[in-house]
Amino acid sequence: MAAIGAGAERQLSFGEMIRDAAAVALVALGLALPLVGFQTVDRGAGMILETRFGAMFYAVGVIFVGRFVLGLIDAGRGRPILAASGAFSAAWVLNAIFDVAPPIEHVTLGWLTWLVAMTIALRAWFVLRRGARPAGRDGTRAGALPAVWLERVGRLVVPAALTFAVVMPFLPFADQRLVDLGILVLTYTMLGWGLNVVVGLAGLLDLGYVAFYAVGAYSYALISINLGLNFWETLPFAGAVAAFFGVALGFPVLRLRGDYLAIVTLGFGEMIRLILLNWDDLSNGAKGIGDIPRPSFFGLQFTAAPREGVAAFHEYFDLDFSPIHRVIYLYYIILILALLTNWFTLRIRKLPIGRAWEALREDEIACRALGINPTTTKLTAFAIGATFGGFAGSFFATRQGFISPESFNFIESAIILAIVVLGGMGSQLGVVVASVVLIGGPEWFRDLGTFRMVAFGALMVAVMIWRPQGLLAHRDPTVRLPAAPGRPP
Amino acid sequence: MEYFVQQLINGLTLGAVYGLIAIGYTMVYGIIGMINFAHGDIFMIGGFVSIITFMVLGVFGITWVPLALVCMLVMAMAFTGLHGWAVERIGYRALRNAPRLAPLISAIGMSIFLQNYVQLLQGARNKPLPPIISGGIELMTSSEGFTVKLGYMQIIIMVTTTVIMVGFTLMIARTPLGRQQRACEQDMKMARLLGVNVDRTISLTFIMGAALAAAAGLIWLLYYGIIDFYVGFLAGIKAFTAAVLGGIGSLPGAMVGGLLIGVIEVFYAGYFSSAYKDVAVFMILVLVLIFLPTGLIGRPDIEKV
Repeated sequence: MAAIGAGAERQLSFGEMIRDAAAVALVALGLALPLVGFQTVDRGAGMILETRFGAMFYAVGVIFVGRFVLGLIDAGRGRPILAASGAFSAAWVLNAIFDVAPPIEHVTLGWLTWLVAMTIALRAWFVLRRGARPAGRDGTRAGALPAVWLERVGRLVVPAALTFAVVMPFLPFADQRLVDLGILVLTYTMLGWGLNVVVGLAGLLDLGYVAFYAVGAYSYALISINLGLNFWETLPFAGAVAAFFGVALGFPVLRLRGDYLAIVTLGFGEMIRLILLNWDDLSNGAKGIGDIPRPSFFGLQFTAAPREGVAAFHEYFDLDFSPIHRVIYLYYIILILALLTNWFTLRIRKLPIGRAWEALREDEIACRALGINPTTTKLTAFAIGATFGGFAGSFFATRQGFISPESFNFIESAIILAIVVLGGMGSQLGVVVASVVLIGGPEWFRDLGTFRMVAFGALMVAVMIWRPQGLLAHRDPTVRLPAAPGRPP
Repeated sequence: MEYFVQQLINGLTLGAVYGLIAIGYTMVYGIIGMINFAHGDIFMIGGFVSIITFMVLGVFGITWVPLALVCMLVMAMAFTGLHGWAVERIGYRALRNAPRLAPLISAIGMSIFLQNYVQLLQGARNKPLPPIISGGIELMTSSEGFTVKLGYMQIIIMVTTTVIMVGFTLMIARTPLGRQQRACEQDMKMARLLGVNVDRTISLTFIMGAALAAAAGLIWLLYYGIIDFYVGFLAGIKAFTAAVLGGIGSLPGAMVGGLLIGVIEVFYAGYFSSAYKDVAVFMILVLVLIFLPTGLIGRPDIEKV
């Protein structure tokens, strides 16, 4: 018993647990009453009010039970609760998969019930595990476990993941939807890696990264439409324009510290979007730019009926026409671009400029004393991050064939930043894991609509509370002293 | 001249909203040094609680305007305050000693959650409020026939804001609660040693900020007659700009900054271009941070080694 309740907290008696759960339920009732209990329903010109007290009391009841059971777990009744809640949530999932009998009509409440049961099961499992281990290392283990795990497994996982990424479009189960999803995940991985240069390495919190994504997309669209250049010819220009914007926006704000920098970059991101929205002559305003040239495979078009004198991909290679050819080609473009970003970042970390970024992140004053010019160092980070954002934007434009300011709102910046931070700042592998979890997961459940974004927000909060340093928080020292002879490395 | 006066009146009304929201930002920043990104959405929830209270009152047949307004204000402040408390308790308290970015990410997550949660529960469409108070005083008429109008609604808004702000200032300046709040702001560890319940004080800060934002939500609803789940994002950023302009951490600064931002936004829309009024506000944010990082009434932030 003593080992289980390892914290300094006193054991609660049964009555106290009931009282605690009742207090939590009361707060939940207060939170739920106005927004869950009442619903404003649009009816013609006006609105009418409907009540949902049943749903409200059910939700509050579930929260009461959940809190009480959490109390029981802390009091050392973890084992039966783990069994019960685990069985309950497993049965719930099986029921949902095989569609036997909906236990509750209300979908949202069903998910809430399942979520509470899952949380209880996880909590019981964690508490039991903690109880089984020797106490005293609680503080260090939270951070150390994934680092050790990463070092051991990383060598295996990285080549495996890379191989999977390369052969994925040709696997038997890969339909167009899955390859499209792969493109999306890789786009965000690339954006995450690009932003990682700014946030993870240089430690500059940028909430307006989507601005460079937008600049890249628009400069690609405008250059390729007006000058008739193809994808690969336009790409460097788009990257250069984005880099220019990175420097131009970065220059005035680099004196600012952390949070202020975040808000100003957010302001810049919104400014770019508003200008694109309102400057009709340049960007065609809210209507956006359409008919952006698609990339071609060494001049071969991915169309069923190519223009006169232009070869089509499927004709040249004697294949039946299929729209998936273009999707697969796009997949490989973004894979190459993303890997390029990653490779560049890994290499530049070892150059003096990369070392200077990381030093600057750790202590700016010490850096200045050592003769590092913070302005140019930060500007390089901004410019390089922006370049990759611009590349990704170009790819986005050519993939969609249509861009409008709508695609570049703040939520995109927040998602990219979330990928970097949730993955563990500065961790390249963490970015991949986070973008698979955050983009692949919700995209797969796109039918859920608004639920998806509710879950996204809740997930961001939950992961931050569970692991404030990110999922794979592992900072590799850039410089390691060589192991002294005779001492184990 | 008449046009100018009219714009000034409109700007001050809008500025009252920004000022009330900005206080929440500035207090939270002052006490735990984080930007409460979800604060704009707390403001939005205040607006929603107001309109739901209004409709519930309609069901009970309470239509006497002053009573209805007071009920809406009290209900909005109470329930939104509870939301503010819950946001801090769930999203931020565990992260008080975490790496600097963690609470900010958590706050962004909270903001996304609250927006979509309200959209899920109440629908994505605009929620209209029937005009409760109409009419006004005609202050002056120019030779071209342009009339300057001070609506009764605007009078009520300004009076309400003034009363709330005076009450709030007195609470911070005079009551034990306000003293504890200021003590925690200056030195949390010392305040704790002297017996101040720091957790409770921080919770109260969030509740107070949320209650003021709820008042702002009610005012927004009354003034524009419409609210939707997305309104908190832009209003939140503008209010944050107001807090920065006034000097973050300073309560009178937030009020002054809010009024200034409101006036600037309305004047820019009135004299230059309505499409770029938000760009103008962001421009101010950038310029202030570059040339006047401590704001109008802020205290200098010295970086120590």
